[in-house]
This record gives sequence, structure tokens and C-alpha cells, in this order.
Amino acid sequence: MRNLLPVLTVLAAIIALWYVAVAPMNIRVALDQAERAGAAVTPEGALPRRALSVWRLMLANPDQIGAGYRLERPRLPTPEQVGRELWKTTGEMALRGRAMSKRSLIYHGWITLQSTLWGFLLGTSLGILGAVAIVYSRVVDMSLMPWAIISQTIPIVALAPMIIVLSAQLGIEGRVVPKAIISAYLCYFPVLVGMVKGLRAPAMSQLDLLQTYNASGLQAFVKLRLPSSVPYLFTSLKVGIAAALVGTIVGELPTGAISGLGARILIGDQFGTPLAIWAALFAAAILAGALVTLLDMLQRVTLRRMGMAA
Amino acid sequence: MNATADDRATMIDPVVVARGLDLTFQTNDGPVEALKDVNLTINKGDFVSFIGPSGCGKTTFLRVMAALEHPTGGTVSVNGMSPDEARRNRAYGYVFQAAGLYPWRTIAGNIKLPLEIMGFARSEQEHRVNKVLQLVDLEGFGKKFPWQLSGGMQQRASIARALAFDAEILLMDEPFGALDEIVRDHLNEQLLALWERTEKTIGFVTHSIPEAVYLSTKIVVMSPRPGRITDVIESPLPKERPLDIRDTPEFLAVAHRVREGLRAGHAYD
Repeated sequence: MRNLLPVLTVLAAIIALWYVAVAPMNIRVALDQAERAGAAVTPEGALPRRALSVWRLMLANPDQIGAGYRLERPRLPTPEQVGRELWKTTGEMALRGRAMSKRSLIYHGWITLQSTLWGFLLGTSLGILGAVAIVYSRVVDMSLMPWAIISQTIPIVALAPMIIVLSAQLGIEGRVVPKAIISAYLCYFPVLVGMVKGLRAPAMSQLDLLQTYNASGLQAFVKLRLPSSVPYLFTSLKVGIAAALVGTIVGELPTGAISGLGARILIGDQFGTPLAIWAALFAAAILAGALVTLLDMLQRVTLRRMGMAA
Repeated sequence: MNATADDRATMIDPVVVARGLDLTFQTNDGPVEALKDVNLTINKGDFVSFIGPSGCGKTTFLRVMAALEHPTGGTVSVNGMSPDEARRNRAYGYVFQAAGLYPWRTIAGNIKLPLEIMGFARSEQEHRVNKVLQLVDLEGFGKKFPWQLSGGMQQRASIARALAFDAEILLMDEPFGALDEIVRDHLNEQLLALWERTEKTIGFVTHSIPEAVYLSTKIVVMSPRPGRITDVIESPLPKERPLDIRDTPEFLAVAHRVREGLRAGHAYD
């Protein structure tokens, strides 16, 4: 409870800042609309107004500032508008039994979630396998690790269309596979790095001790290295699932996809419906938060079971 | 084995025999002679301490006995076998300075670790865990996790783990080095009692002169560059050793000889 006050203070500050920013962001649009509706605005005409800063426009038209908070297509919607749009496209539709309608963010979120989970599964498996290979083979360490690092320096937006085109060339139907690959591409790396560290966590004396028992390599892996890596694994998984979600959304952006949160963001941009963009952005953030929280809970339960409560 | 006449005359039942043992590590700064011409015989039931400054090879010698390092020259035998064979025969239990208990296993689970690896039956594992927990005075702590125990208790648990599979030789590498003096005294007393009850042969590496003199039947004084033995002292102290034996003239005489040996072998430049 003691932490509640600072947390709420920060939240309130962010929302307040957001509300304040709405006025300058929307003043031009508000004045354009007011002028068209016949109201008197200074200066008249969109062109002369362009020469003035938003601050001077607000000073000259204090009466119109409020209108910026009620626009249908604002540059920057208010938190309340975003919340309402989010509710309209999720909860309200669900209440009317249309949760899986093409206009519902639940539907699009589900599409994104599926690809995210496939990508996460693929990326995590590759990351863990890669880490095992790296820890057990110096050759793999020296030959694979540099490429893993290089792979993360390539912007995913540049790579995503190539993966889509390539998978289409290979005759892979639909978007699930290429999206999962893009998503896996982003999420394998934190898992790889975390698992390498985790598998190497046991001290030299721990490994020596197993040697005095004549333990086999497999026994050392199962009884020592694997359990040692669990805390590292969970930390990586939390980073990894967020990266997988970003990867999926990026995979939905420039690829002509029509479903998924990424597609909603792009379509909202093309059709000039900022509320849709913001609602989709928030849906993605909420989804990411939920996934990370879920993994966090899983981590707590697992570590407590293992006697390593963090 | 080909025991020499000298061995037969003086030794009853040698457990460890090292002859002309050399071990040179190749490092980036050139070769380092960790052990040079080390000759030592450890008899059954001996409590042998290895004492000397850092780099004198005391830990290395222990590791050679345990087949964790392999000598570059000379011979060493454990129970008449090579150290590698002795390991396969579960000849020794090893205790490191860090207790090294697995945090995800209970104390009982930790003691079971070697038993699982060596393929003991499940019922046998339980039986042995209870037996060694009793030996180190940790009955009732089997279900606790390591972090719930003090440092001294953790180290006792790690000794129990080394005893679990009935190794005849206990190799201890500064097992109490990280503990405070009071806990250390207590553990030294307990270790002596344990040694008497189990009749193990113990190799014990330490930095502490009082610890070495208090515990050992034989004290091996070593010196660095190259790592070698400078003195082997057969302790005249009786087997029964209360803590205040450390104030007796006999004890102080042995301690003095150890100190002399350390000083002679070690140029403080």
C-alpha cells in the first residue's frame, strides 16, 4: 500500500501531461473546423494560420481551445476518447456478442496473440537450443554468437517484408508462418543470451564436485546446469515475449495484412482515424502487459516450488 | 603395487602414495611449477593437513589425489589404483571451501545428489541421508533449504554429502576458510569427533596453523615457486583433543615447528 501513492502520482502526472498536450496538438484542426462552421477565428484562413505557432493561435482564440478536446479526428485524442474507443471496440462488442467481428479489437488482438505465441515458442526453442550448443561447444560459441549479435543489428522493419516475400516464394500460404518467423527473430536473442549466462552460472567447484561423483555430461546438465538457468530463463522469457509481440505487430504493418493489431494501426493511419490507431496501440500494450505479468507469476510459482523464492 | 622396503618398514596400510610428483601448468606467462618432486605417503586413518602460503600447491595436490588435475611427472596411487580408477570406485568424498549446496534442493535433496548420480536405490538413499545427517548433527534439517541454514550448518551439510556414499577418504579444501573463528572452533571439534567415529582418512587443506595442529596426525608444510613439501610433522598430540589442548606446551611446540617450516620455505620478497 505504501507504494500505491508514488505509482498513482506518476500515473496522474502522465495523464495530466497528456491532457495538456491535447490543446496545442489539436488547435489547428479545431480552428479549421470552427471556421468552416461559421465561427469567427483569428486570423482567418488556414494559410495565414500556418505561419503562426500553435501557442499564438491558442492565445488568439482561447474560446476554441475547448473544441480541440471534442474533435472526431484529433491529431492527439484525449485519454478519455482513447478509452471510449477501446471500450467500443472490445467490451461493448463483446457484450453484444460480436467479440470476433472484424471490427473488434478482440478479434485482431487474438490474431496478433496467436502469431506472437507461435513466434515465442519458435524463438524460445531456438534460443534455448542455441544456448546449449554454445555452452557445450567452443566452436559453436565462436561461430554462432557473432551472427546472433549481428542479427539484432538489422532493423526488423527492413527484414520483415523480405521474410514475407520469401515465404510467399516458398509457397507458404497465409501470414501466420512469416509473422511467427519475424516474431521469433526478435525474441530468440534475449532467450539465447540469458540461457547462455544461466547455463554457465554454476561455479567451477560445482562442476568439479560432479566430476568427483563421476557424473556424466547429461547428469551434469540435468541436475546442475538446467536448474541453475531457470531464474535466467524466466527473465529472458519476459523480455522475449514482449519482443515477440513487437515482432508480430511489425510483421503486420508493411505487409498488406488486413487483420491483427499491426494492420489496425496501419489502416487507421491510411484512413485518417487516429482513434483507431490509439486504441490498437493500447490494446497491444495491454496484451504485452498481460503476457509479461503471466510469465512473472509463473516465475514466482516456479521459483518458490524450487525453493529459490526471489 | 611395488612398495619399497622403506614403505613396508614404516607404513602399515598406505592409502595415498606419491612419488616424485611433478605438475606444471602451461600459462600465458610461461610454465608454472605447481608441484615439484612431491613425495608423500598417507596411511589409512591418518588426518593429514596441508599448510602453506598461496601458490604452494596444497590445493593442487588434493586435486591430483581426486583426479581433478593430472600430474605431468611422477606417480600417485590411491588405494593402490590410479586416482581416476579410485574415483570410479568412489574412493573419496570432496568438500570445497564453498558449501556449494544446490539452492533448489533441500538439505536431504543435496545429500542425495551423489547417491542419485551413482545410482543408489531410493530406499537406500533415504537410509543413507538419515545416517549422515546424524553424523554431522543435522537431524531434523533434511527438509530445510540451504538458505534457511547458517554458514556453518551449510558446510556440515556439504560434509554429510561427501560422506553419503561411504568413501574411505575425505578430501577437504579449506572447508572452514570462509567461516568465523568461533564457528570454526566448533566445527573443528565436530570434525575430530566425526573422524574418530568413522575412521576415515582425511586430507585437509588449510591456511591456519592452529587448525592444522589441532586436527592433524600429520602436518605437511609446503612452500611455493615451485610448490614443494618442506616439512612433514608427525603430531605427538594424543588422539583425544579437547579445545584447550591448544594451550599446552606440546601443542605450541608443534605450532612453532610449523611456523619455522613456513618461514624457511617462503622467502618474503
